[in-house]
Amino acid sequence: MTPAPAILLSMFLPLACALLISMSGRWPNVREGVTLVTATLLFLTVLSLVPTVVAGSRPEATLIEMLPGLPLRFVVEPLGMLFALVASGLWIANSIYSIGYMRGNKEAHQTRFYACFALALASTMGIAFAGNMMTLFVFYEALTLTTYPLVTHSGTPEAMRAGRTYLGILLGTSIGLQLLAILWTWQIAGTLDFTAGGILNGKVAGPMVGVLLLLYMYGIGKAALMPLHRWLPAAMVAPTPVSALLHAVAVVKAGVFTVMKVAVYIFGIDFLRDSGQSQWLLYIAAATVLIASLVALTKDNLKARLAYSTISQLAYVVLGAALATRWGVIGGSMQIAMHAMGKITLFFCAGAIYTAAHKTEISDMSGLGRIMPFTFGAFAIGAMSVIGLPPFGGLWSKWYLILGSIQADEMIMVGVLILSSLLNVAYLLSIPLIGFFGKATGGVQPAAIKEAPLACLIAIGLTALGCLLLFFLPGPLFSLLAPIATP
Amino acid sequence: MIADHLPALQIVVPLISAPLCLLLRRGALAWGLALLTSWAALAMSILLLSRVLREGPISYALGDWAAPWGIEYRVDAVNAFVILIVAAVGAVILPYARRSVAHEIPAVQHSAFYAAFLLCLTGLLGVSITGDAFNLFVFLEISSLSSYVLIALGRSRQALTASFQYLVMGTIGATFIVIGIGLLYMVTGTLNMADLALRLPPFGENRTVLVAFAFLTVGASLKLALFPLHFWLPNAYTYAPSAVTGFLAATATKVAVYILLRFFFTVFGSEFAIETLTLHYLLVPLAVIAVLVCSTVAIFQDNIKRMLAYSSLAQIGYMILGIGLATPTGLTAGIVHLFNHAMTKGGLFLALGCVALRVGSVKLESMQGLGRTMPWTMFAFVLGGLSLIGVPLTAGFISKWYLVQAALEQDSWLLAALVLIGSLLAVIYIWRVVEVAYLRPLPAGAAAVREAPLSMLIPTWVLIGASIYFGIDTSLTVGVARRAAVMLLGGGS
Repeated sequence: MTPAPAILLSMFLPLACALLISMSGRWPNVREGVTLVTATLLFLTVLSLVPTVVAGSRPEATLIEMLPGLPLRFVVEPLGMLFALVASGLWIANSIYSIGYMRGNKEAHQTRFYACFALALASTMGIAFAGNMMTLFVFYEALTLTTYPLVTHSGTPEAMRAGRTYLGILLGTSIGLQLLAILWTWQIAGTLDFTAGGILNGKVAGPMVGVLLLLYMYGIGKAALMPLHRWLPAAMVAPTPVSALLHAVAVVKAGVFTVMKVAVYIFGIDFLRDSGQSQWLLYIAAATVLIASLVALTKDNLKARLAYSTISQLAYVVLGAALATRWGVIGGSMQIAMHAMGKITLFFCAGAIYTAAHKTEISDMSGLGRIMPFTFGAFAIGAMSVIGLPPFGGLWSKWYLILGSIQADEMIMVGVLILSSLLNVAYLLSIPLIGFFGKATGGVQPAAIKEAPLACLIAIGLTALGCLLLFFLPGPLFSLLAPIATP
Repeated sequence: MIADHLPALQIVVPLISAPLCLLLRRGALAWGLALLTSWAALAMSILLLSRVLREGPISYALGDWAAPWGIEYRVDAVNAFVILIVAAVGAVILPYARRSVAHEIPAVQHSAFYAAFLLCLTGLLGVSITGDAFNLFVFLEISSLSSYVLIALGRSRQALTASFQYLVMGTIGATFIVIGIGLLYMVTGTLNMADLALRLPPFGENRTVLVAFAFLTVGASLKLALFPLHFWLPNAYTYAPSAVTGFLAATATKVAVYILLRFFFTVFGSEFAIETLTLHYLLVPLAVIAVLVCSTVAIFQDNIKRMLAYSSLAQIGYMILGIGLATPTGLTAGIVHLFNHAMTKGGLFLALGCVALRVGSVKLESMQGLGRTMPWTMFAFVLGGLSLIGVPLTAGFISKWYLVQAALEQDSWLLAALVLIGSLLAVIYIWRVVEVAYLRPLPAGAAAVREAPLSMLIPTWVLIGASIYFGIDTSLTVGVARRAAVMLLGGGS
């Protein structure tokens, strides 16, 4: 246990950034400069913690004792380390992209947009480094509230309705179910610290384990487990950078990250497996994987299709947790990083298509790939990574998840995972295929359409490259994550 | 020397200042005097609380007439805390009152307003500080009569009917309380509350004692507006001047809750009230109904002041729920919420007062676009709203945390779930305002609206800031509340 100012710095930086942004609203270049500099500094700060964590140490920091025995406390462990790296790293790419997108589309209220974005990142860091369930809950709620203005950014009646769904489901589940679960845990375990091996073993038994698990799993609405997934498609009314970083990376990953944390550090995977109460979760997760994929097939709106694809891919992580085996947990955790990189690429491309050609429906994109080859090429790369094809990073999470299913003797889950990959091929790869080889429809006027703004393309290039890079990096990732699955 | 008379000065200073305010015919002078008085009262209340926390309960014999014959002022952890709440809210609201009152009340009535305000403050402080049951009634009447006047000063004509309605209901409540006290005097021959607590147990379930208990319970419930005795409150809060609504919402009902606490746990003793009379079977369901029904009604209000008034009724339900559970955690929750809600709701009403000053109306539709034109006011409103909902890092969360924990301790899953459902209802009524203020454009052709003056913004933010601060650092609030709860239940000093 070593104290680390870098932890508090990682939350302070985006906060200070939000303040600077709101003061520099009149000078857009300064404002964006602040975002970029902070994003880079934040990533470096997070990176500085990596060697310590890999060496097996757990840096920690305590802010204040909120309630007796329940301090606001931060501890960096491998899972949180990975999540923080992903979120802060992709914030850099996303900030570059935002500049191109927001200016290209002449969006209003850009200062509020960047400020809320920074606040959301501060909350995400708090979630990643939370040392107990209370701290995690605090930042979980903060993330919901700071992203609400981003979802309702356009202020249209549609955005207002979406905002209601967003807030209603996320606050409703977290206050109604998750808080209850946390209080129950506190009541029976007398602690909420994330502890290797869990804190509930011997404190609760029988079907009550299942009830508590249910409260947690549906209380974590951000994980978008069906049937509480509707907020995610609704949130797609937000500007695309928000969908990209928050609703493919930070917010949803905060959800499944919390699921993992609860499974590994509150229940403990051994306890979860021995109790046999996670079986239902396995089937719900599998059902979400398949149903969401099928729904995605029917969506013609590109962002809606990607949203349902996200719901399906998030359920992989829940599935990994529900398997409660070593490989399952590692696969699920890896999925957090792999899917983030792939899906943010896809959203970037969707936004680039919108900015350049003002197309939102897939059927209108026929032949567009020949005009925007870079964007559609990157889309294909992102899609292949999400599907789990080599040579892209997504392969590894699928690989470990299948291994985990075999380890848990759940052959049905092996089948579900393979079937889902086939469905992914159908709904994701069809898009670049239409783009490159489809006949140009009347809607496409090649002369008027160019590639998206340069800033967008740079960001797309970076993340597409990231997908490729992750394929060659399973070793370091595995050695980072291995300790969480070892009792 | 003078420090020994602190309990008396706490009451005497505002009591004397009130008529002086009336003599200073100029409104500004009266305001200045009232302001100084309220700050002095706050300073004294802080001294009192710190002394109680350091040295234990203080007993002060008024005029050196020894208790139980003379009037005793008795300050312990419970009422020192309530006194602090009342004095603090008074001290924060007076700076705010100047602009708000100038806007809402004709100038000729200003000095009368401040005199009535100080009398109300005196009455509320007196109810909290006294250890004598009849003296409690006297102070209760001082605060009630002055609050009828304050409410009647509201701008619209409905303020008069609202005030009259409150006068009728409040008088019935006070009469019930005095009947209860009279019956107790009949049985025991004493009015000193500590003395009553000693003399009552031998009577057991004496019929007169039971009737006294019933009268006191109903009387106090009327004053604190427990469902279904709450009908006076929404009108009174809606039509009173903004500063008055803020003050009464944060203090008057809280003091009435204190009366209930004092009689249940100190005078009758928790054994009698809860175990013998099983009062929790009455209080808990009523509290839950208050939470659910009043929160739901709040959702459908178009006048935001009235919406917050219904929300207050629901929050009173939370306090009574905590008290009704009658466990250390439950009582802690109730007492903590007493404080937290005073800060939060006071702040919210003050924010609304800023809107009333600049826009001239507190109807939902007139708040369109205010998120842009009055950013500080509306952001204060949002933060206060989050505290009402019980989002973590706000004071409201701490209250909910203890309340749900108290319910879970008794394996009462239903109660825990109902408390949380109440929070979700709060999300709905708060977010209606947020959507209108932030997502609707300013109505076309509306007069330009400016941000409220600093003299009103700062007090608003002090209360809102407190409701955030006490959600993060809870050592003072929870610490005092827990001590008070243990003392009330354990029968300790």
